[in-house]
Amino acid sequence: MAEPTADGRFGAFGGCYVPEALIPACRTLEQEFRTAWADPAFRGELARTLKLYAGRPTPVTPATRLSAELGVNLLLKREDLAHTGSHKINNVLGQGLLARRMGRTRLLAETGAGQHGVATATVGALLGLDVTVFMGAKDVERQELNVFRMELLGATVVPVTTGGQTLADATSEAFRHWVGQSETAHYCIGSTMGPHPYPWMVREFQRVIGEEARGQCAELLPAGVPDVVVACVGGGSNAAGTFAGFVDTSAQLVGVEAAGGAAIGSGSPGILHGFDSYLLQDDDGQVLEAHSVSAGLDYPGVGPEHSHLADSGRARYVSATDDEVLHALRKLAQTEGILAALESCHALAWVLRAAGTSELPSGSTVLLTLSGRGDKDAAQVRELLK
Amino acid sequence: MTRTATGDRPQLEAHLRERRSQKRKLLVPFVTAGVSADWLDLVVALVEAGADAIEIGLPFSDPMLEGVTIQQASQRALERGMTTTRALHAIAELELDVPLIAMTYSNLIKRHGYEDFCRRLSESGVSGLIPVDTPLDEAGPLIKAARTNHIETVLVAAPSTPDDRLKQIAEVGSGFVYASTVMGTTGERTSLGQQAADLAGRVRACTDRPVLLGFGISGPETAVEAARHADGVVMGAALMRRVLEGQTVDEVTGLARQVREALEAV
Repeated sequence: MAEPTADGRFGAFGGCYVPEALIPACRTLEQEFRTAWADPAFRGELARTLKLYAGRPTPVTPATRLSAELGVNLLLKREDLAHTGSHKINNVLGQGLLARRMGRTRLLAETGAGQHGVATATVGALLGLDVTVFMGAKDVERQELNVFRMELLGATVVPVTTGGQTLADATSEAFRHWVGQSETAHYCIGSTMGPHPYPWMVREFQRVIGEEARGQCAELLPAGVPDVVVACVGGGSNAAGTFAGFVDTSAQLVGVEAAGGAAIGSGSPGILHGFDSYLLQDDDGQVLEAHSVSAGLDYPGVGPEHSHLADSGRARYVSATDDEVLHALRKLAQTEGILAALESCHALAWVLRAAGTSELPSGSTVLLTLSGRGDKDAAQVRELLK
Repeated sequence: MTRTATGDRPQLEAHLRERRSQKRKLLVPFVTAGVSADWLDLVVALVEAGADAIEIGLPFSDPMLEGVTIQQASQRALERGMTTTRALHAIAELELDVPLIAMTYSNLIKRHGYEDFCRRLSESGVSGLIPVDTPLDEAGPLIKAARTNHIETVLVAAPSTPDDRLKQIAEVGSGFVYASTVMGTTGERTSLGQQAADLAGRVRACTDRPVLLGFGISGPETAVEAARHADGVVMGAALMRRVLEGQTVDEVTGLARQVREALEAV
């Protein structure tokens, strides 16, 4: 997965559709990221922090009992074991170190499930940066425990009461605050979305997932490379990071969207939050609310590079329903002793559905990125299973 | 058959330049299409109160640059069933002697197609377009489609915009240069900072197109303050807040009339 064009495009998608006031901030960020990413000192500090603080590399675990049941060889890339419980920390450590290098004193973040908010609050505490997290009021309610965690970590959580009160609204609100504070605050976007350079920068910070997994698969699999690489897709950062490690191999790349938030599966090209990509919208161009059991995938758009990977045919995108996801969550818990996040269970739901069919024939090897742990979802799942 | 006045409406920049040449400070009120049942009456009344052009907000579900008032106005308009098509049909019926400018977000424009969207604006008698989240760098294809359809594309300048870029904005855009008083979202403010005066001065130094200051113009005082540095003002949230509070067309227009009077003294 290469660098976007100079105007921030992956094929027909991406770009930088922001109010004029934010253009200098986006330009500066692009230059600063480019310089930092080419600077061995920055790369070294990030690698060291990922290792000594975030616990990388995360392991790849063979899902032995579940594999036997499904007739495929399933490997799990364990981002749930990274500090704060999801892959979000990879990106936030990168952006946090970059923000500090740029002399910014505050981090702004949007969050859906709360995982990115928790990761940002954590890195803010680690680096001594003030953190303000915008979160839809509906998500504040659904993810009460994560709100408390963010506050314990010293962050301010601002509930957003406009629109559908979920991730899309939190994102709009974070942008509004950034316009007023772009000289002191860095907007730490949580996924491969937003205006250029964010989709590219966040994918580069998440590339570590795919690169580690590539090496681990080489050790674990006779063929060296799995037949299929699968990850869940909301904005798409864990999938982008995973795919980046395998895009130049023979592996099939599969992204799994939430059925109620399938931008690629049921949307059309549109512009939201600074970028052009597939988007759930009506005939007039009004953005439709996504509906998913998983707050982290409750987003009407998808990162622009995924739209490009879909259009170019290099990756394919499928979806999983809420019911399939809950079934998958329980299955993994009871066969492997791993309680995975609802988001990650979308990827697993597809594996359960596809195993033994022509989509995923018996005997296939599959690498699945388990993007986060499910502790945050326990209360909600208890309600849903009642 | 109803006669529409769309053919009679003046082109935007020519009209603003003419008014300016009469030593008049320009007033451009903003109305969210569909914010209330009588929003079209409000548009007409604002013209009678001395507006030099009217900015019509085509409501979008996710307005990234708006403060809470215009967000609420947009949301209310959408709840009342407003769409781009309905708004354009409605304004095509108005008989006005000042230009209309549509303000909206990229996605609505892209959804209808640049060419189609601009043609429909033109057919409805709109002469200007402010695509608030389409910056200079992304505006090329839209400006081309707008030109073909005799629509002038107004670009926004911000306090953070460097001089060389201001020059490009003034050159590539047309109608007027929309200078934002603050680094922030739309909404009322009690006074304008030095940023507003500085930006207006910098824009004027690189173009003779009309320069209007917008964001934070809440009444006669802020309007006068802004008009000392620019050719006029855009006023939105102050009017829409009054509409949202349930004030009548006369009451809302009263504010515009006060601002018009105050501007006469500048």
